[in-house]
Amino acid sequence: MQIYVCVKHVPDTAANIKITGNDSFDDTTCKFVINPYDEYGLEEAVQLVEKQGQGEVVAVTVGKEAAMASIRSAMALGAHRGILVKTDSQFLSSTLTARALKAAIEQDGAPDIIFTGKGSVDTEGFQTQYRLAAAMDMAVVNEVVDLKIDNGQAIVEKEIGSGSREVLKMKLPCVIGATKGLNIPRYPKFPDIMKAKKKPVKETDIASLGLESLPDRVELLNLEAMPERSDAKMLEGDVKETVTELIRILKEDQKVL
Amino acid sequence: MAKVGVLIEIENGEVKETEFSVLTAACGDGGNEVFAIVTPENTDAAASVLAEYGANKIVHVVSQGGDIKVSPDLEARVLAEAVKKFELDMLLGLASAKGRDLFARMAAFMDVPLVSDCTGIDLDTKTVRKSHFSGKTVATLKLESELFLCTIRPNAIEARKTPVQTQTVIFEALAADPGLTKIIDVKESAGGNVDLTEASIIITGGRPIDSSENYKMLDECAAQLGESTAVGASRAAVDAGFAPHSMQVGQTGKTVSPKLYIGCGLSGSVQHFAGMKTSKVIVAINTDKDAPIFAKCDYGIIADMFDVVPMLTQVLKEQGE
Ligand SMILES: Cc1cc2nc3c(=O)[nH]c(=O)nc-3n(C[C@H](O)[C@H](O)[C@H](O)COP(=O)(O)OP(=O)(O)OC[C@H]3O[C@@H](n4cnc5c(N)ncnc54)[C@H](O)[C@@H]3O)c2cc1C
Ligand SMILES: Nc1ncnc2c1ncn2[C@@H]1O[C@H](COP(=O)(O)O)[C@@H](O)[C@H]1O
Repeated sequence: MQIYVCVKHVPDTAANIKITGNDSFDDTTCKFVINPYDEYGLEEAVQLVEKQGQGEVVAVTVGKEAAMASIRSAMALGAHRGILVKTDSQFLSSTLTARALKAAIEQDGAPDIIFTGKGSVDTEGFQTQYRLAAAMDMAVVNEVVDLKIDNGQAIVEKEIGSGSREVLKMKLPCVIGATKGLNIPRYPKFPDIMKAKKKPVKETDIASLGLESLPDRVELLNLEAMPERSDAKMLEGDVKETVTELIRILKEDQKVL
Repeated sequence: MAKVGVLIEIENGEVKETEFSVLTAACGDGGNEVFAIVTPENTDAAASVLAEYGANKIVHVVSQGGDIKVSPDLEARVLAEAVKKFELDMLLGLASAKGRDLFARMAAFMDVPLVSDCTGIDLDTKTVRKSHFSGKTVATLKLESELFLCTIRPNAIEARKTPVQTQTVIFEALAADPGLTKIIDVKESAGGNVDLTEASIIITGGRPIDSSENYKMLDECAAQLGESTAVGASRAAVDAGFAPHSMQVGQTGKTVSPKLYIGCGLSGSVQHFAGMKTSKVIVAINTDKDAPIFAKCDYGIIADMFDVVPMLTQVLKEQGE
């Protein structure tokens, strides 16, 4: 099976985001990782190939030169090769990203499955996988927590609120957006990290993919720190009195009860 | 004046309460023409409640090309047809499980911009606000497009009644099913609880809950807190096997924005806050006065949750009687 996994190079969720200017952040001081949801897709891809004893997993990313680090991590986690499509912006439109992913994948081979994460934790766009699938005329299901491949078909489950699940069927090749619950991603072992350094990575510039230029239809005007709460009111004393006071506040002052 | 569509989700025969804020967003400062788009068979009750929140037109979309209940791709195409037919300038919906999927499908199929999970929207300036970097920053985005789609985080915008005269029209969509994906089964959860992402009150138990049985204590309290209350869990509690993943709040769990969030035995990790920091009021119960959560909540109680929660249940019960 030929499997492509789209991985995005994103700031670690625990990293402090230092905003610079109106619409950018300092990406030189914060730690970057593979987008956490993409790791579930990667793990699933690697397990599928391991189970079948044949096939190839290729990690694809569209990002800055530094995104090479996430390709290397993906290879340490089991991907056989990598493709880096270079751009100079972290905030690329999802339409352009999807077109770049499509072009890079099609240049490389014929996918049986393309995995993505359910969404990226930096821009929280939640749509690149759908645009990629539409561009490639493939079926897509996102937020997948269970996958079975059977006779050229994928049977997937996704959560649809309060624990209920929808079961969907689609033909391969298809796009699958992975999320927590699908599997438990492995930790890279030292020898795998060393081996990953020798695995091949194709580098291309996004400009060389021959994508038609398209206007940015969503413009980032401003980025600001989320206002933090501070000065919590502390309630103390006898438990019953404290709780009674809390209920009064929630009812009368805050009007949320 | 803009023509604004709102995709209405109906649950158990009634319009979801979280839709009211989406309708409020669609009304803006007034002057917009608001189209409530309804796909399943409607009840008459829906019409009056939609009118109360400003829907000028109710559009019943009927699919002639197949059963939208089993084909999300067909549903997206049917809605796209309605958007074209009524020449809408934008379509808004909930960032619910259904909305997240359907809007992304539509955006991809129609090749129009989509902003997911908005926490604020200004239709005059065509700007929206949404979280970037898991709740650490807020981005303001401008939509430069004739037509665009937005999903709105449940409860993020305060609903406001703006009663209008409404008119119902039926639209028969002809779109055909591309036959890409098919829903073959729905596994209902045993609990049948309120959906976390749309609950207006959430009470969450962290690692010190210590067992799945102890969540009953939170269930009992939730029952007293009101109808739209859900029980959540931290990842530490989920990973320890005390709660299913569907209950997890946070960066790798659900993103929620209730009116009231009560965190019991939560340290206040960045990843947990990524999923709930836009809640209106946050209450924390923790035994450790130095717990980080006390630096980012509105009200703090330094005490054992096994004392506080049953007392909260008891006092609410007494007051309710
Ligand atoms: C990539 C990544 C993603 C993650 N995603 C998530 C996520 O989606 N959601 C999430 O929740 N976490 C997530 N985490 C984990 C997160 O970092 C924390 O480890 C986790 O949230 C801690 O859970 P907790 O607050 O329940 O437990 P703890 O950190 O153990 O805190 C327990 C707190 O309870 C207090 N306490 C103890 N006993 C009592 C008592 N009887 N009564 C009252 N208070 C008591 C303690 O003082 C302590 O402050 C993620 C981590 C990573 C690295
Ligand atoms: N620049 C990128 N490079 C590779 N994959 C990406 C990129 N952007 C998004 N993706 C994939 O698409 C998914 C959804 O991204 P988004 O639409 O940004 O939330 C992510 O989980 C990734 O798998």
